Amino acid sequence: MIAPLVSIKDLSVEFRTDTGIASALTGVSFDIPRGQVTAVVGESGSGKSVTANCIMRLLAASGRVSGGSIELFPADQSPFDVIALKPSDSRLHDLRGGLVSMVFQEPMTALSPVHTVGDQVSEAILSHRDVSREESQQRAMTMLQRVGLGEDIALLERYPFELSGGMRQRVVIAMALVCEPQLLICDEPTTALDVTIQAEILQLIRSLQQELDNAVLFITHDLGVVAQIAHNVVVMYQGRVLETGTVRQVLKTPLHPYTRGLIAAIPGQARLGQRLPTIEQVVGDFDLDEPHPLVPLSAGRSVALPTQDAQARLKAQMERGDV
Amino acid sequence: MSEPLLKVSHLSKRFDNFVAVDDVSFTLPSARTLGIVGESGSGKTTLIRCVLRALQPSSGEVEFRGDDGWQRIDQLSDKALVPLRREMQMIFQDPFASLNPRMTVGQILEEPLIIHRLGDKATRRRTVLEMLDRVQMPHSVLSRYPHAFSGGQRQRIGIARALILKPSLVVCDESVSALDVSVQAQIINLLEDLQRDLGLTYIFVSHDLSVVRHICDDLLVMYHGKVVESGAVASIYAAPQQPYTRLLLSAIPSPDPDIALAPLPRSTIAEQSSAGD
Repeated sequence: MIAPLVSIKDLSVEFRTDTGIASALTGVSFDIPRGQVTAVVGESGSGKSVTANCIMRLLAASGRVSGGSIELFPADQSPFDVIALKPSDSRLHDLRGGLVSMVFQEPMTALSPVHTVGDQVSEAILSHRDVSREESQQRAMTMLQRVGLGEDIALLERYPFELSGGMRQRVVIAMALVCEPQLLICDEPTTALDVTIQAEILQLIRSLQQELDNAVLFITHDLGVVAQIAHNVVVMYQGRVLETGTVRQVLKTPLHPYTRGLIAAIPGQARLGQRLPTIEQVVGDFDLDEPHPLVPLSAGRSVALPTQDAQARLKAQMERGDV
Repeated sequence: MSEPLLKVSHLSKRFDNFVAVDDVSFTLPSARTLGIVGESGSGKTTLIRCVLRALQPSSGEVEFRGDDGWQRIDQLSDKALVPLRREMQMIFQDPFASLNPRMTVGQILEEPLIIHRLGDKATRRRTVLEMLDRVQMPHSVLSRYPHAFSGGQRQRIGIARALILKPSLVVCDESVSALDVSVQAQIINLLEDLQRDLGLTYIFVSHDLSVVRHICDDLLVMYHGKVVESGAVASIYAAPQQPYTRLLLSAIPSPDPDIALAPLPRSTIAEQSSAGD
């Protein structure tokens, strides 16, 4: 098992709403290993974005971490708990954009419409690294080349509205990577893109990850994307973790009924003329609203099932040689 | 094959000098589902808008088989189109933007009946309740407003509104794209049930090639305003003939981690544009 870069332990978050306190995360625990892509998969309301925002300490004002910790183990400094940082702590500034950075779903809203591409990419360097303006422009240009926008020097002077959706997402990725963060968080970065552009961006994220050897937390609802980008998978449902494992373990031999339902409901794989199995059908009598503690099965592999159940399933799979 | 419901011949739509739809022809058999796929800017939405006469085509013909026989959609006056509008309805992508937040579900579903002067108050109410049963929503939703519903429930309301006039052609523009995968499966199953029970003909516009493969019988692949490939879904997915179709299909990420994503490079379609001209 690779030493984790981030270790999330028992994280709980609640939001104040008009009708009272709503719980967004309940006892979420998982590790993000160094040098690998970890995908968090779940539907709307599963808490995947809230988890990512907690790592950046970007919770909305109505939200509150009610328990747990997010331990960060940076390569060149002593580990600290992100949740325990005071607003005045200089490590908080370092964390946001320096140690950890984020790529969002909609590149048009993530970019400023009134600043040039060059200024937006170099701003990140100027605010986190002690370099001159010329040096920052130079690094921005190099980064833009690495994300495949390199041919054109004039690009630095262009505005986001002059670029296509795929080019804009490349600019956002350049901004996120220009300070060489140890963790890159991608929150549905390809959901708004055409399938052809999605394929290019997925390949770009994967190849830059190998090149920079950083950790990536990839949030998505699309299991096709998960299969293609991730080393490890965390399945979330209603603010809880239901299953974790390597991409092959989770997608090929899912243990939790909900994970099986998610996989079965992907259109295009059922034989033509057949109805799509819905998650309710696959899950059957299993009560998804009943929380079960996450049972560790092996390193990185865990499932939230009643203990005897989980062990029985695991035993059956080991006998079949699936695990 | 069943009798066609719609015939489109040599349809083009220009905006100033830009050709959004370029000489598109197809025939839509009734009670089947035609998928239209292509990237943003390929002309899918402009094409269906011309078919529904939400836009006036620049040239070409759109013929629709209504209750009174074949009609030229592209030539009818606005007034003469009104009865045909009942026959052609649309289900939109965003169930949050396509329902009026200030109307109750009851008002939303009754409005098309009032506009088309169908029935008295009592029969309209009966029609609305029947429609709610069809989309599997309880009658208690009538007095509630759209904000009280989830995305999937709102899409059911959007489907009910589209079907309340008993159309023969239903155009689904990315109607399941905004939904979670579990809800998406339910809505796809509902659309298929309704097609079987009511004999509906669908045009299904989508960028999601997996959904298209599941729900459609026939397919048009669009690129730069042109149809580059058309035919039965199963045969196109099994053996795509055109480089652009191959490129699109190669870009679908498989949920099997052992099947690596290997999208064809865009350079493979250079020959496409020259071959098409």
